[in-house]
Amino acid sequence: MHTINFLKPNKDNIKNYSIIGSFLVLISLIDVISNAFLKINLTSFLPGSLTTLFPLIIGLIGLNMMRIDYSGNKTLDLLNKNINTNNFNAVLTLLILFSIIKALPPSLSWMILDANISGDSKDACTGTGACWTYIKVWFRRFMYGMYPNEFHWRINTAFILVIALGFVGYFMKENLKKYLALYYVIIYPVIAYLVIYYLISGGSFGLQWVETGAWGGLSLTFIVSFFCLIFCFPLGMIFALGRRSNLPVIKYISICYIEFWRGVPLITVLFMSSVMFPMFLPEDFFMDKLVRVIIAITLFEAAYCAEVIRGGLQSLPRGQYDAAKSLGMGYWKMHIFVILPQALKLVIPGIANTFLALVKDTPLIFVVGLAELAGMLALAKTNPKWLGFAMEGYIFASIIFWIICYAMSKYSYNLEAKYKTER
Amino acid sequence: MNNIIKKFLPQILAILFVVLIFGFLTINAQTNMDNRGIDFGFGFLSQESSFDVQFSLIEYSGSDSYARAFLVGLLNTLLVSFISIIFCTILGVIIGVARLSSNYLIKNSAAWYVEFFRNIPLLLQIFFWYYAALRALPLPEKANAWFGVTYMTVKGYYIPAMVWENLNVFLYCGLAAIISIIVLRNYANNLRDTQGKQIPVLLYSIALLIILPLLSFLFGGVSLEFELPQLKKLSKISYIYEGGISLPPELIALVLALSLYTSTFVAECVRAGIEGVSKGQKEAAASVGLTPNQVLKLVIMPQALRIIIPPTTNQYLNLTKNSSLAAAIAYPDLVLVFAGTALMQTGKAIEIVSITMLTYLTISLTIAAIMNWYNKKIEIKEK
Repeated sequence: MHTINFLKPNKDNIKNYSIIGSFLVLISLIDVISNAFLKINLTSFLPGSLTTLFPLIIGLIGLNMMRIDYSGNKTLDLLNKNINTNNFNAVLTLLILFSIIKALPPSLSWMILDANISGDSKDACTGTGACWTYIKVWFRRFMYGMYPNEFHWRINTAFILVIALGFVGYFMKENLKKYLALYYVIIYPVIAYLVIYYLISGGSFGLQWVETGAWGGLSLTFIVSFFCLIFCFPLGMIFALGRRSNLPVIKYISICYIEFWRGVPLITVLFMSSVMFPMFLPEDFFMDKLVRVIIAITLFEAAYCAEVIRGGLQSLPRGQYDAAKSLGMGYWKMHIFVILPQALKLVIPGIANTFLALVKDTPLIFVVGLAELAGMLALAKTNPKWLGFAMEGYIFASIIFWIICYAMSKYSYNLEAKYKTER
Repeated sequence: MNNIIKKFLPQILAILFVVLIFGFLTINAQTNMDNRGIDFGFGFLSQESSFDVQFSLIEYSGSDSYARAFLVGLLNTLLVSFISIIFCTILGVIIGVARLSSNYLIKNSAAWYVEFFRNIPLLLQIFFWYYAALRALPLPEKANAWFGVTYMTVKGYYIPAMVWENLNVFLYCGLAAIISIIVLRNYANNLRDTQGKQIPVLLYSIALLIILPLLSFLFGGVSLEFELPQLKKLSKISYIYEGGISLPPELIALVLALSLYTSTFVAECVRAGIEGVSKGQKEAAASVGLTPNQVLKLVIMPQALRIIIPPTTNQYLNLTKNSSLAAAIAYPDLVLVFAGTALMQTGKAIEIVSITMLTYLTISLTIAAIMNWYNKKIEIKEK
């Protein structure tokens, strides 16, 4: 004879308990779902606050009845182990499930069901949901800024060329591999600069000149972060070596440089580049605003790069230095042929993280008047024909940046895992 | 000879290089300023600023000096950083612990929270809160009361203000309570070490913290009143709350964005710290006979904190530096008030930008120095 004790489920009655338990959980879920999706309150017969708490209480009792240790049922054990170890966990599980269910219908209807995407003016947006028409109409502006529409192929071609050139290292012949570092540190930046200058700026080869003031949107984000990355890497390497040097003057100059840039916010650096820097240049010497910003961010990021590279240099065992020295190598030979090749491999994940931070920092150039994505959004937001769509704009930009940054962080995580096992 | 050249030549060249660059820049600046008729100097700091600041912690009006405007900006920066640091710590610890939960749903929600807020640029998050989310709040006359007395409106968050009488007596009592707690703790430690007796220090401390300030109310003549925000009609359609404290929407948007963004990094630090304490430590402590609470307090936390605190301080530093993004939504922080408005008015670009940068640099280096000292102190001293 088995009695059913609701508070203390045991193994003997496992079938009854699990069936009643899952039934109760099911009821609580159905209640919440009908509440959220169909706007029907199944428990309206209950007094006020009990109605809201009803699914939680019922679900908790259900989960409590299903909590049988070593039940022998694989699914049940897995479930208990993962979401139902004790009452506290059960409550949290239910709360998370309920909030996901509750949040689904409003966000779904705002983003998809009640949203508009057709048409090409504000009048097309009649629904209560998002107005994706706004994004559609402004899409080219968000991507390319004020760059003339008919020349957008130039930006695309330049990007494709630069990326293709970046992959050259992969396909290099074996006997050319020793020049790989030379290629990436010196030749590649120069070629990339020339490609972007001649294709995007134009002015020769029959291409019309487009001034940098018209550049903008997401492509500007890529241009700025790309140049800052390729320039800050060699600079950071110099200061990392400088900080580890045993010549006191060089060491302290490097320390001052690194600690200075790491101690100030990027926004003040940008202010410096836009209002203070022109004062420090010869009078008749004009430097483009974009170039000044790229220089400023490069100097800034180089300090962070230097710290990452220093970490790599420090993690090499002393034996490597000693072995190189005992072979009669001098400082430069030792570093170029023994130390740096090993250290740089170690710091690739760190550099990827720095680059991630750099990409996330580029919207800041908006404060000195360069209209990359955040700047174009601010411009579109105040356009009298398209007032009131700030939400759509920022959500769109956030999604784009999130995809880029998430992909990069996953990639750097993979790199980290890969190099960890190799050591 | 060869060695001496090898040693000194690069250093001399480096010095020359730096001197040349600085010389070149200074000469240019000199000629530029001469040509434009600007003179270099910090005399402007004592001049009348003649601009108003929207939100300030200390008394400030247009007739005050630029130095005071600087102070207003600095205090606003510190205020927003301080509030955000508190919130991001609370959130970060919760999320960090949740990431280690055995519950699949909790673990994954925490992980997605981190991935979500970490990978969106902070500036976009600030813009989102300020221009999109907070703009959807109700107007003052339509706002519902939160907790009965506070009002969240599109014009800001209105909370009751505390009106103190004899505040200093109250503060002295609080101070006395803290000092007596420290004394008590030292005494208890001493007792434990010499005689092996335990006193419930925590209980006594809480009692002290409650009783002493309470005494100040009863005998010290301290009184506290709350000034509630009241709805007031300005014109036919415009309403505003009067009385109490009003937190501007800029501050709220900044605090939200900064604490949500930084909490993801704090969470990662917390997680790494707790994971960094090896399982054997816990088992060993349990096998010596410590209770689970004691294991956490005496064995796990001291070791985890050693790993957690340095990178977390680094994040606080980043948060303080990131608070300079306030300028983008016109919250009157150091950058906006000083490097923005004051610079526009005086045109002293070099002086003002250098002061601003030096201020941030001082904050960073001070915290870094304290951190180094702390790290040295808690270092495991191996023989």
